[in-house]
Amino acid sequence: MSLTDAADASHTSAPATTRKLSTSKAMVEAVAAEMDRDQDVFVMGEDVGAYGGIFSSTTGLVDRFGPQRVVDTPISESAFIGAAIGAAVEGMRPIAELMFVDFFGVCMDQIYNHMAKIHYESGGNVRVPMVLTTAVGGGYSDGAQHSQCLWGTFAHLPGMKVVVPSNPADAKGLMTSAIRDDNPVVYMFHKGIMGLPWMAKNPRSVGPVPEEDYEVPIGKAAIARPGTDVTIATLSLSVHHALDVADELAGDDIDCEVVDLRSLVPLDTDTILESVGRTGRLLVVDEDYRSFGVSGEIIARVAERDPGMLAAPPVRVAVPDVPIPYARGLEDAVLPTSERIRNAVFGVMGR
Amino acid sequence: MDTATRLDLYRTMVLIRTYEEAILREYHADKKPVFDIGAGAIPGEMHLSAGQEPVAAGVCAHLTSSDAVTATHRPHHFAIAHGVGMHRMTAEIFGRVDGLGKGRGGHMHLFDPDVHFSCSGIIAEGYPPALGQAMAFQRRGTDAVAVAVTGEGAANQGAFHESLNLAALWKLPVVFVIEDNEWGISVPRSASTCVTSNADRAAGYGIPGTRVEDNSVEGVHRAASQAVARARAGDGPSLLEVHTLRLWGHFEGDPQAYRHDLDDVPGRDPLPTYEQTLRDEGVLDEAAVKSVAADASERVEDAIAFARRSPLPDPKEALGLVFA
Repeated sequence: MSLTDAADASHTSAPATTRKLSTSKAMVEAVAAEMDRDQDVFVMGEDVGAYGGIFSSTTGLVDRFGPQRVVDTPISESAFIGAAIGAAVEGMRPIAELMFVDFFGVCMDQIYNHMAKIHYESGGNVRVPMVLTTAVGGGYSDGAQHSQCLWGTFAHLPGMKVVVPSNPADAKGLMTSAIRDDNPVVYMFHKGIMGLPWMAKNPRSVGPVPEEDYEVPIGKAAIARPGTDVTIATLSLSVHHALDVADELAGDDIDCEVVDLRSLVPLDTDTILESVGRTGRLLVVDEDYRSFGVSGEIIARVAERDPGMLAAPPVRVAVPDVPIPYARGLEDAVLPTSERIRNAVFGVMGR
Repeated sequence: MDTATRLDLYRTMVLIRTYEEAILREYHADKKPVFDIGAGAIPGEMHLSAGQEPVAAGVCAHLTSSDAVTATHRPHHFAIAHGVGMHRMTAEIFGRVDGLGKGRGGHMHLFDPDVHFSCSGIIAEGYPPALGQAMAFQRRGTDAVAVAVTGEGAANQGAFHESLNLAALWKLPVVFVIEDNEWGISVPRSASTCVTSNADRAAGYGIPGTRVEDNSVEGVHRAASQAVARARAGDGPSLLEVHTLRLWGHFEGDPQAYRHDLDDVPGRDPLPTYEQTLRDEGVLDEAAVKSVAADASERVEDAIAFARRSPLPDPKEALGLVFA
């Protein structure tokens, strides 16, 4: 079963279900269903076994499938992510977890020079059907090396799909799609949307999730909230902040349209352009670093189509080009908070 | 060692040398009068394996097309010894449509899934994917093995150490092969490596480590036999280091000004040495030598002709094949 935007369980009426799951449980449900369905699917990573994943990305899997299929690895990212590549080349469908995206520095060669390039370099003769899952995001004082999003860096490098779910229903559907995709898919989940009991969470980290198997298409954005005055193009945890701000500003007679990107590679340029074409105003909210990344890319794609679409200069709310600070007040000053988003909406509306 | 095996080893080495000499010729032919690395029918860097034939011949003699080999930026000898299709390999080196990668990979990125062969231009990074191939073989219940090849310089890269630990820990059917050709481009092993033999490092990972000292194809064959058998039996990985010889430069065009041993090099060429041994022991005579040389030449020139006949890729095709 595939959900199109119209039938998107995440943001419009879900197929009749009252069952709610946290994002982490929804992700795990998808992995478990695929592991049931296909013996070639297995999981590898640090603390994915008995611990269930540092951010609950694999809770319960080892009990159900055993340590041969849910494998705790040493702290050897190059080795085990490279091993996932080799297993995928031989036709298995591994899910390798990079515990924090911030750790990509120790293994990026395997990711961008091997996982992402083998299909192309081999003229399409060798496929790498693996998923690389990784936790992203800040807001809980984990400091500069444990709070980054970095999706712009991954999206910038050709050869890997990049998906970033914002909510439980999409988390499940995108995971299913990612596992079934014959290409390498980087699945980036924000710690703040996982619904962890030990981290402050947005209420939307728990939401309705269909019980049956379904795929959310990779490369398709979703209109999280239709509106007429301004397009807020965003992803991940920032979708929730944008929706909060949109609800609030409805009272100020500003009708925000929130576009949940859901995928960065491929990027759903058509949906973005269609939305901006209607609203005439663009605000991009991106928890990655401001310069040389996703926010600039989206604005560039609009400008390339027709700068005349924009009634006002586009605005971006992103993390400024500084390492993310530790102290609460300092970190809040750099994150794309609801307050910054609200001010930005006023700005782009000329109020 | 029986005569048939010795002749096979000799033939493989002659085939590799003939191939590398032909590529050398083709590579330089149209880069004159002044060497322009980007010019000609084979543009780009070229890393030829002359002198290192014994490693490939000796190791691959124990492999079948079900076994995997991950090779380096200097891959041709292992590709040939492992049975990569010579026509399509050559077409890929010439960047043609009929190449293994349809012209997208080139000489350092040869992929032949029929024989589980791949290579990479990033030092030491061929080790981790070999682990994964070994994992897949193990999970599927076959006794296929993965042979992972690097140079001695790679033994100082992080991925090397991670891979040895992980393969040992999980008892993966891997054979780690180090080609110690003494030079990491221009830096001799003594200036890069804290131990005199990387085989000694194996002990740090609890796996057997062997060093073949004299670039002898039969020495490699013997050592590889044990390592491959150990892996096939499910007893885990081994490290096999071979002290070999880089007959030519690191890359074609390398003036090797740093290389103080150049005068000694031709005398250390393993091929004439082995040929002489086989002649002395009556395994080869003049007719056999000529016959092997002629066969090799015919095969190689046929592959080059195939490559040259193959069309260049259409630039409009450059954007495709990123995703399946």
